[in-house]
Amino acid sequence: MRKPPLLLGLHARPGKYLKWLLAAVPFILVAVIYVTAAHIRHAENPRDKLLPTPTALSQSVHKLAFSANKRTGEYMLWSDTAASLKRLFSGIILAAIAGLLLGLNLGLFPGFNAVFYSFLTFFSMIPPLAILPILFIVVGIDEAAKITLIFIGVFPLIARDTYLAVKSLPQEQVTKAITLGASQLDVVYRVILPQIMPRLINSVRLSLGAAWLFLIAAEAIAAADGLGYRIFLVRRYLAMDIILPYVLWITLLGFCFDWLLRQLNNRLFRWYQA
Amino acid sequence: MQTPKRANDYLLHIEDLYKSYGNKLILDNIDLSVTSGELCTVVGPSGCGKSTLLRIILGQEAQDRGHIHIDGKPADFPDTRRGIVYQRYSLFPNLTVLDNTLLGFNLRHNWWQRRRQRKQFEQQALHYLSRVRLEEHAGKYPHELSGGMQQRAAIAQALIMRPRILLMDEPFGALDPQTREDMQLFLLELWEQEKMTIFFVTHDLEEAAYLGTRIFVLSRFYSDERGHDEQQRGAKIVADHHLPQVASASDIKKQPAFIELLESIRRAGFDPDVLQHAREFNLQHPDAFQTLTDSETGIDKI
Ligand SMILES: Nc1ncnc2c1ncn2[C@@H]1O[C@H](COP(=O)(O)OP(=O)(O)OP(=O)(O)O)[C@@H](O)[C@H]1O
Ligand SMILES: [Mg+2]
Repeated sequence: MRKPPLLLGLHARPGKYLKWLLAAVPFILVAVIYVTAAHIRHAENPRDKLLPTPTALSQSVHKLAFSANKRTGEYMLWSDTAASLKRLFSGIILAAIAGLLLGLNLGLFPGFNAVFYSFLTFFSMIPPLAILPILFIVVGIDEAAKITLIFIGVFPLIARDTYLAVKSLPQEQVTKAITLGASQLDVVYRVILPQIMPRLINSVRLSLGAAWLFLIAAEAIAAADGLGYRIFLVRRYLAMDIILPYVLWITLLGFCFDWLLRQLNNRLFRWYQA
Repeated sequence: MQTPKRANDYLLHIEDLYKSYGNKLILDNIDLSVTSGELCTVVGPSGCGKSTLLRIILGQEAQDRGHIHIDGKPADFPDTRRGIVYQRYSLFPNLTVLDNTLLGFNLRHNWWQRRRQRKQFEQQALHYLSRVRLEEHAGKYPHELSGGMQQRAAIAQALIMRPRILLMDEPFGALDPQTREDMQLFLLELWEQEKMTIFFVTHDLEEAAYLGTRIFVLSRFYSDERGHDEQQRGAKIVADHHLPQVASASDIKKQPAFIELLESIRRAGFDPDVLQHAREFNLQHPDAFQTLTDSETGIDKI
């Protein structure tokens, strides 16, 4: 057999270290472009605010993350992160539970499906941001409104994806479980539910992006802390040295959650990988 | 015309069963009854409705007309009296082989009972797994098993609950000839030991004749007095034989009598050019019966 090519073509088989190296290339490239551009701009105008130099950025990060606010004793980045994650997780966990239950029942019970399926499809087409004002009016501008927005934005997607997952299971499984002695509730919660769990985790992974979007939108409009709040607050001063680290931080958080959930799936549901 | 037999005397009793999809009649006035302990096989050309018949007996699908009784009691939605082994999808992919085998126990007992009797259930499950020669694979997931091993696990999973009747839909259809033969012997062995009643669907005539104590041939290739409109006519049981008990002798497949039997069944059920009249079906089995309608026999025209 011929040696497979390292990089090009359908038969390429890049080695383990080469893969790591290759994965780093786009990141390094972007960093290099940024640094070069910053230097060029600063050569023209030393007071440029649009592309802060790496030194300026690292000073800013130091200030944001590792030095306490003199008045409140808080570390800005961490308190913003805590506030945002609390909202994000509350919203997404509630959406996951509700979506799972709704999707399961829609997929298994024709009567339930007959009543709620069209309504869910209709509901899922509401642009959540368009009803944000209604939310502020109805539930007030505190935490509940932000969590509700995330919930409304993410829940239909999870419900519909769960529904599709249930539908894709062969009907034979339901019959089989009943012949083995399962009651109707057993079928839903002891036979089908465990098979849907990895799919649920995957659809949470996919909806994390949307959840962040709604979180930041809600915080931008009405909040007193949080990552989105901060970004939109300092926007007025064109403080790119704060905005850029915040954006990077949010991205990094999202990336880590995705990775964690993937690991969780691999660990808990070995059978799902096949 | 024989008189219809009484449902109570039989393990499985089906009378006047009709089923159509759209305007195409699939099962056409099926009558059959099965006594306990028989290994019935059902053969017929591909697409004649064998799986449909089995799904209806199982309760997974509803008939258009007709009655099904198990032990004299009506059988509609699936329940624990009927066990099932499909060609695929019989195992739950998220459970190990052991947990798949234990599933019936786990579903039938509450949390407290499961905790107290876990050891006992597990022992029994392992016993069944050793019967299907899978005890070393108890901890594996279905996708880690070969096709034959999956089918053996599925058989253990269904058997351990001791259903009144075990339905099997081409359980060995996807296996290579060698494994298939192994599984056939294995099934016969189990059937003899456990005194089970089995209803075994296959499109392989040789398999049906070899395994069964009784064979049903389901086919659309017959004639009656209803004219020649193919759409209006579905599959009937065109032959119902008792088969000689040959369990262990696998060289039976080469004996002249066996080959002749296959030939006669092939003519009756599989040859589109040979059309027996509905009144002349070979229904020799003592439990066989037939309830032809007047239009089928032509009485209404006289
Ligand atoms: N859900 C369905 N909707 C419409 N037609 C169906 C459906 N299921 C089966 N049929 C039709 O019913 C007929 C019988 O199907 P069935 O699966 O019972 O055949 P079979 O005897 O099991 O064939 P095989 O030996 O190939 O498995 C076929 O013509 C098929 O097209
Ligand atoms: Mg079939």
